[in-house]
Amino acid sequence: MDIRLSGISHSYGDLEVLRNISLDIPSGRIVCVVGPTGCGKSTLLRLIGGLEQPTGGNVLQLGVPAADCLNPLTYVFQDYALLPWRSVAGNVSLVLEDHGLARADIKNTVSDVLARTRLTDFARTLPRQLSGGMKQRVGIARALAVKPAVMLMDEPLSALDSQTRELLMDDLAALWTRQPFTAVYVTHNLDEAVRMGHSIVVLSRSPGQIREIMHLEKPLHERSYGDKDLQFRQKYLWNLMRDEARAADAELINV
Amino acid sequence: MSDAEETDIARQVGFRGGGFAPKPHRWMGPAVFAVLIGLAEAGTRSGFISPLSLPKPSDVFLTFRELYESGMLWTHLAPTLTRLLIGASLGATAGIATGVMIGLFSYFRAGMVPLIAALFPIPKIALLPLFIIWFGIDEASKYALIAFGTFTPTVVATYCAVDNVDRTLVRMGQSFGMSWKSIVRKIILPGAMPGILSGLRVSLSIAIILLVAAEMLGAEHGIGAYILEAGSLYNLERLFAGVVILSLLGVLLNAVIGAIERYMLRWRT
Repeated sequence: MDIRLSGISHSYGDLEVLRNISLDIPSGRIVCVVGPTGCGKSTLLRLIGGLEQPTGGNVLQLGVPAADCLNPLTYVFQDYALLPWRSVAGNVSLVLEDHGLARADIKNTVSDVLARTRLTDFARTLPRQLSGGMKQRVGIARALAVKPAVMLMDEPLSALDSQTRELLMDDLAALWTRQPFTAVYVTHNLDEAVRMGHSIVVLSRSPGQIREIMHLEKPLHERSYGDKDLQFRQKYLWNLMRDEARAADAELINV
Repeated sequence: MSDAEETDIARQVGFRGGGFAPKPHRWMGPAVFAVLIGLAEAGTRSGFISPLSLPKPSDVFLTFRELYESGMLWTHLAPTLTRLLIGASLGATAGIATGVMIGLFSYFRAGMVPLIAALFPIPKIALLPLFIIWFGIDEASKYALIAFGTFTPTVVATYCAVDNVDRTLVRMGQSFGMSWKSIVRKIILPGAMPGILSGLRVSLSIAIILLVAAEMLGAEHGIGAYILEAGSLYNLERLFAGVVILSLLGVLLNAVIGAIERYMLRWRT
């Protein structure tokens, strides 16, 4: 299943956040969205998943999701959004319970995704006992459990320290290599963008418009920490964004 | 600091980061009680405090023992506990239900919040005659008074607790396609539980306060009736014995809620 954004515009009252965004998200690819603070990248993600309605334009699903897909558009949140009163396994089973599955099916799916995110030993642990990196792995496991057609990742690694972020980027790349998934990956971190994205969409400062789309051909599992070519690409992106980022930083907040 | 003499001076950096962190001291609470009671006993025995202004704690204790041994304690306690149990559970149940409805439905909130704000400050004792007319002089009016008194604080605590449930968790539930019923049952209610329970602490204490008022409504037996009778006779020993029973009741209820909290909110630190 592909996603097509055609002429998306969005405003909060008088404040225009997004202007005329048209973009195709092809199946089996990770599309990164980068841009200066307040350019509307997270808003764009909420529009794609139907948590908000755009003021103009359409979000289209092209084709039908696979038959076993329980929740075609599935988020991974920056602040994890785990229920503190449920264990790791309970947080994953939460999103399966409403689909009329047999108890055994739920149990199998939960243990399968926990194994894929290497959380099997922590199934009975409560979120408060986990580190940030582990919490986000639970968030990813929960998203995988509903077999999404498109994963919508809102700054998934931004709350983590840089070492943990490296580890999780490797995990995500390994997950994708084993079984390619479609994702829209919003981040402000250019290093993450060049490591995770098959294409990188650069948004301009508010109101957000597409400035450039960069394509990266190198397979995900060959991209590693300190790759020369990737650093070159990252530098290019930064030069593209530097002035806008500075202007965005100096802007007064008037919401 | 290139000076040789200055580098020779090595001084320990003083610790200045202590305090402002409450620590548990289990013996402190009982100690305060013991000291106060001891002072009262010493004062009344020495004649420094006249027996007219404060009864001797040991006399209060003797009165209490007498009450216990004559079997009258249970005669008074049983109806009181029944009234408290029925009245408070009616009020708390209705309060939690109303509070959750206010938290969930905007129309209900718009209609009910001003009404609750209007009902809250009414001293329920002032409505005694009204309760007698509505519910009669027997038990029903006592239940109603206690229920009404617990209802309003429970409503306010509950809808504030529902309002304070993390909205990102609700959005998460919606984004995974959870049904409205599941979101309420699995996200909103457990998330509001800490606030509801701490609200119950307050409203159950209010229920005990209203007990005495309720037993003004022509009750023959009951701790409240016992206190009122002692008060009108200026029998301070009996008055204090009754008050102590109510205090103990409050401590007990608080401990019960504490135990419920420890069980239901195991997931909190």
